[in-house]
Amino acid sequence: MSDDALNRLSGPLADPSREAGYPAQHPPRVGFFTDTSVCIGCKACEVACKEWNLLPEDGLELTGMSYDNTGGLGASTWRHVAFVEQRIDPASRARVDLGMPGMGGSTVPEAEESGELRWLMSSDVCKHCTHAACLDVCPTGALFRSEHGTVVVQDEVCNGCGYCVPACPYGVIDVRPSDGGAFKCTLCQDRLGEGLAPACATACPTESIQYGPLEELRQRAQHRLEQLHEQGISEARLYGHEPDDGVGGDGAFFLLLDEPEVYGLPPDPVVTTRDLPTMALCAAGAAVAAAAAVVGCFWGGGR
Amino acid sequence: MAEAHPVGFQWVMEAKRRGAHIIHVDPRFTRTSALADTFVPLRAGSDIAFLGGLINHVLTGGHYFHEYVAAYTNAPMIVGEEFLDTEDLDGLFSGFAEGHYDATTWHYEGSRVNASAGERDHWDELFGPGGPESPSGWEPPAGGPERAGSGGPVYRGTPELDPTLRHPRCVFQILKRHFARYTPEFVERACGVDRHRFRQVAEALVANSGRERTSAFAYAVGWTHHTVGAQYIRAASILQLLLGNIGRPGGGILALRGHASIQGSTDIPTLFDLLPGYIPMPQAHPHLDLDSFVAADSAAKGYWANMRSYLVSLLKAWWGEHAVADNDFCFDRLPRLTGDHGNFHTVMDQIDGKVRGYFVVGENPAVGTANSRQQRMGLASLDWLVVRDLNLIETATFWKDGPEVVDGETGPERIGTEVFFLPAAAHTEKDGTFTNTQRMLQWHHKAVEPVGDQRSDLWFYYHLGVRIRAKLAARQHHRGPRQRRRDRAVLELTWNYPTEGEIAEPSAAAVLREINGVDEAGNALSAYTQLRSDGSTRCGCWIYCGVYAGEVNRAARRRPGQEQSWVAPEWGWAWPANRRLLYNRASADPRGNPWSTHKAYVWWDPERRRWTGHDVPDFDAATPPDHEPGPDAVGPEALRGDEPFVMQSDGRAWLYAPTGMVDGPLPTHYEPQESPLSNPLHRVQRNPARQLYPRPENPYQPSGAEPGSEVFPYVFTTFRLTEHHTAGGMSRWLPHLSELAPAMFVEVSPEVAEQRGLVHGQWATVVTARAAIEARVLVTPRMRPLRLGGTVLHQIGLPWHWGPNGLSTGDAANELIGVALDPNVHIMETKAGTCDILAGRRPRGRQLHRLLADYRRRAGITDLTGTTRVEDTARSEGSGEDEGGEHDER
Repeated sequence: MSDDALNRLSGPLADPSREAGYPAQHPPRVGFFTDTSVCIGCKACEVACKEWNLLPEDGLELTGMSYDNTGGLGASTWRHVAFVEQRIDPASRARVDLGMPGMGGSTVPEAEESGELRWLMSSDVCKHCTHAACLDVCPTGALFRSEHGTVVVQDEVCNGCGYCVPACPYGVIDVRPSDGGAFKCTLCQDRLGEGLAPACATACPTESIQYGPLEELRQRAQHRLEQLHEQGISEARLYGHEPDDGVGGDGAFFLLLDEPEVYGLPPDPVVTTRDLPTMALCAAGAAVAAAAAVVGCFWGGGR
Repeated sequence: MAEAHPVGFQWVMEAKRRGAHIIHVDPRFTRTSALADTFVPLRAGSDIAFLGGLINHVLTGGHYFHEYVAAYTNAPMIVGEEFLDTEDLDGLFSGFAEGHYDATTWHYEGSRVNASAGERDHWDELFGPGGPESPSGWEPPAGGPERAGSGGPVYRGTPELDPTLRHPRCVFQILKRHFARYTPEFVERACGVDRHRFRQVAEALVANSGRERTSAFAYAVGWTHHTVGAQYIRAASILQLLLGNIGRPGGGILALRGHASIQGSTDIPTLFDLLPGYIPMPQAHPHLDLDSFVAADSAAKGYWANMRSYLVSLLKAWWGEHAVADNDFCFDRLPRLTGDHGNFHTVMDQIDGKVRGYFVVGENPAVGTANSRQQRMGLASLDWLVVRDLNLIETATFWKDGPEVVDGETGPERIGTEVFFLPAAAHTEKDGTFTNTQRMLQWHHKAVEPVGDQRSDLWFYYHLGVRIRAKLAARQHHRGPRQRRRDRAVLELTWNYPTEGEIAEPSAAAVLREINGVDEAGNALSAYTQLRSDGSTRCGCWIYCGVYAGEVNRAARRRPGQEQSWVAPEWGWAWPANRRLLYNRASADPRGNPWSTHKAYVWWDPERRRWTGHDVPDFDAATPPDHEPGPDAVGPEALRGDEPFVMQSDGRAWLYAPTGMVDGPLPTHYEPQESPLSNPLHRVQRNPARQLYPRPENPYQPSGAEPGSEVFPYVFTTFRLTEHHTAGGMSRWLPHLSELAPAMFVEVSPEVAEQRGLVHGQWATVVTARAAIEARVLVTPRMRPLRLGGTVLHQIGLPWHWGPNGLSTGDAANELIGVALDPNVHIMETKAGTCDILAGRRPRGRQLHRLLADYRRRAGITDLTGTTRVEDTARSEGSGEDEGGEHDER
């Protein structure tokens, strides 16, 4: 009983759809493997996503953050391409982030001094966590686990309470101010039913965004990682692929070329509802203690 | 390429996945650089120096593919004694006078006559050496580029050869001498590429070329938009030929086109000087009849000798049964050229009141063309203007909200142009083909009906033709005999296309079938070799003949790659003859065997006595490798069995162009029209044959050592973003694209920001002699100062997608650019110019004009500035003090 309760909220979980009540013969769990080492920053994913899901434009602001004028994921942006400009110090091979380029530096840089440049590009998306806190905290059932193992929000059920927003350890889901509903990537639930791949993966010209059964994607990612390591790209790493991480593994995971923080990703995300049973027990204990104290007060007063 | 051709770039990524080494050479670190194995930043406008350095590396190191070069290129040809190189004349080739070249001295020894030179004599007789009247009087006579057509000039005669490549006057030796000074040290000084990095590139290229390996070059308008643009491509051609990378799988020089079907719009041209299939447009005086028009080609070697068949079939497609042998197949109905009728020339004619009406279709010159102000002045001088576009672009609204109107210089009440805006259908709303850079036609199907008044271009031109013909027909009894004769060109056009649906959309498939051509019985032809000069065949574009073979629209074929061979002949259809790789006979050695098993593509099968292979051989299938033509043979029969370049009149690829280029037989480094540097190679600063238009609205800036050039110390280059499309007509109105790149910006290095006090995210003003524009500042280390010898050069990057209309707005970079053109193809120099940059927004109204006037005064600009063609020795020695050391070094 207590094991089951823990398993529902954190730790490895082989089949979240089965756990959510789908029959054993439900479709395999699917997801995204985003290989940022081949992302060319074309933003076709962002546009394809907005077109297919009929999302509104959300801001015509020049941000100054390299070529990223999207800023981040939000209620109307379900794919976001981050651009990170880095200068690599030739001596230490240390990478210096240049997120907000400023002034300064020598007027005549030596080619050797200034080192090599790196421009990282990465398409971010909802992680479709194995243990999705957004889903756990949703009071209306607007958020649900699909038969494909993804996490989907239904606008017509959502009451706009916004509990899901702080619950997400990645800061993905958000409430759209204009209509009050919470929105995020559905992994194109409406396309999956028709046997189509999600819009972003279909539009990606370089197969940076790969869609498929999660198990297969994990193998592919491992293979790609080994390939890059063989080529001497030792900084390549996978992110979100481990079933025993803080969210039980992501349905959408990544191959990165630097620390996750560089891309704006949390280094060690934990499902925010992980401690809910303990917290509930504590709260229950506290309630019992408080009740006892109150009773004690009366008891004492009566004496 | 990742920036402007992300879909095509997937194949570069695929190649990289398979182990290809990707080298990116660009003034700016772009999304392409981010994915490349090697990034080489270089000074905008210095690519011939860079390519010349590579050529020199290949020649001096003996890295060329000797057997290929000796057999397939004109390396062994001996050039006449009169030829003098730029190395002999300090920046000029022999034959330069009065702003243009006479190419007579560039010929091979033993050649008899040269077509374009002969014709030029005739031209001078008619117009005198100054050529026909031009807006400025500076334009070289049209004795040049329009004369030859794209088939290349015709060479006749039997040149002397030295197969050992040792003769001092053979092309190979000329090449060696010509590029000898393009050392790594020179490249460093001219391009700002340090010699170490240059050697890396040279060694990688050499290691990946030759018998077993091939390398490909991909370029876009960064190479062509220069006053020496055509010579950039010549330089790349020389390098690729020396390395044996042409006509072989994995090799080639790939032109990435400006947008979908730009290739198609040159095949079936929107260019003034070409007819469909690269047949030159006839000239007003020399080409009085069909015979005189095809005479130059008909006696030649190679497939252009059949031009009469191609042209007669074209005339038959256009005028049907009215085109017969007795009336020269209506040849006299074709318009004639009297000179350069290119865009800039036409617009200046508009300003001068010589052009009354104008169609602008799928183009936005009010912000999208160099010196946009000049373009708008042209538009404002018209009687009527038709704009067909998806959105209300600046070209349609210049009269009410253009910069001149906003600044109070003029207003709607003073602009007499009547503007007709006609909404156009998008490609998803119509059937048709796109022809991509691989010459491949791909059919696209209509997905939805166009809305409201939106119509396809095909609908527009067809119904315009129907109405004009009806009006003309109805008025025939009011017309005089001469008018009636002229009207027949319109009234007798074949104009009977089937139409479909409520809006009577003409059938695009029927048009494609007409382009393909039919035989006398009306059946679709299957190959251009079936075309006849007797009027028995009709064909709208000879190179497209076969796209409808067997009555099947082959452009619509989409057999997946995994279901066919790796050449994928059943995906779409590529001209000519569904050949995927041109000149592929060169993939086999002279005896017809593949150069290597690894790189086998087409080869001679001695048992079947035929050429065979993975692709359609680009050679007569039955001509054996040892074929020797008879002495009187002409056309394809005159080609030897080991001459793969079947469209050239000598069957060989030209390292050296004895004729056809109007600015020299070899590329050589010249500075851009406007450059902060003196030419480090020659006394002659700029391409002496460049096309200039010094006019009040098009002033030039001082360059190099000329006094005043320091007023514009920065080099700028324009570029595109993935997020927007050309001048914005297809993207600035779309919210999902506009939000991704919402404002005009300028990319500067931290060093430039420091020098000029520019603040990231704030405004800056960029100034040239023509205009000042404002943009938001993006300070980025991706822009990097370059060290050229003792000088440090700073470059700034300007995207050119913006204008005042739409969701995402900003000033147009094209306002800044002057009109100075490549003389071969009349293209403007947008990719390298000089400017100044200041912090803050630009002034408005009169204050803006005052700012510009002040800059022009400080730079000492007159109407002669920038128009020098050949610097005299005295001045360049006197004023080029800081360059002295560099000159001494060599």
